[in-house]
Amino acid sequence: MGEVRLIEVKEEILADNIKVAAEVRERLRKTKTMLLNLMSSPGSGKTSLILQTVANLKDSLRLSVIEADIDSTVDAEKVAARGIPAIQLRTGGFCHLDATMVTQGIDALAVNDLDLVIIENVGNLVCPAEFDTGAHKNVMILSVPEGDDKPLKYPLMFSICDLLLVNKIDYLSLSDFDMPALRKRVLALNPRIIILEVSCKTGSGIEDWINWLKKEVNAFKRMK
Amino acid sequence: MHELPITESILKIVLKHAETNNVRQVMSIHLQIGKLSDLEDEWIQRYFDYLSKGTVAEGAKLKIERMPIMVQCNACSTSYKAEVPKLGDLTCPSCGQKDSTFLSGREYYIKDMEVQ
Repeated sequence: MGEVRLIEVKEEILADNIKVAAEVRERLRKTKTMLLNLMSSPGSGKTSLILQTVANLKDSLRLSVIEADIDSTVDAEKVAARGIPAIQLRTGGFCHLDATMVTQGIDALAVNDLDLVIIENVGNLVCPAEFDTGAHKNVMILSVPEGDDKPLKYPLMFSICDLLLVNKIDYLSLSDFDMPALRKRVLALNPRIIILEVSCKTGSGIEDWINWLKKEVNAFKRMK
Repeated sequence: MHELPITESILKIVLKHAETNNVRQVMSIHLQIGKLSDLEDEWIQRYFDYLSKGTVAEGAKLKIERMPIMVQCNACSTSYKAEVPKLGDLTCPSCGQKDSTFLSGREYYIKDMEVQ
């Protein structure tokens, strides 16, 4: 056997994804299309929020949705039924979307004519946090029934998001969910995050979300 | 859960360096992974063993160095280490303030590899 040598590798394992994500961001910056990555656990209300958002914004913004699912087209069908272009990406068992998959979704949309594309990521608080999709803004939903301890279990997800929507606040009176404790835990991980309390079911707080989104899309459009 | 695509990336980078350095056998690979990552060491090795079959990296041992989570106190700028279960309730060891800013702990890095 030969002599053992040490080779300095010094490479980011996710370098390929980081590069593709940067390309996605730059491409959409040129077309002035804001890309928003929406993440949460399964069942916390991503699709409901998107449907609420579409209902509120479809007359004032040109928007489209990229749906990611392990193996179904249920969500894209729901969105398309509201008259909004939607692309379904089936991740084929993968637990997250990466920037290459997002590129395929964007290729399939006429992004030149869009102000906003929302990615509905795979329902999962672990893996999507690790993979940059190329989004300009990362938003997550935590629903009240999931509990206020989730920032302790999934700190990375809370640390990378620009905005947290606490959904299903209509359940607050039935649960021991501690909103001040949640806020404290989340802000300790991410002091810049904006936290909004909403209920997609009753519509409570949705106006705040819509206003934030409009403001961000307008600011994005004005960016050089 | 995302160990498989991560492991594919590791193997791709390792084989690229193996080729440019005329490597006959990769003995070990030194990874630096931040403690904020949920990767399971055992599964990365299992996937690696499976994916690397028939390549010069077959049989290589992954040595995973877990990089600490570092935060900085917003009041006095002291940097200190944090552990995942404590992240929601940190206290600066120097001044006792609770507000802090995350510095590092998300690394996904291949440092070096031992080869023949």
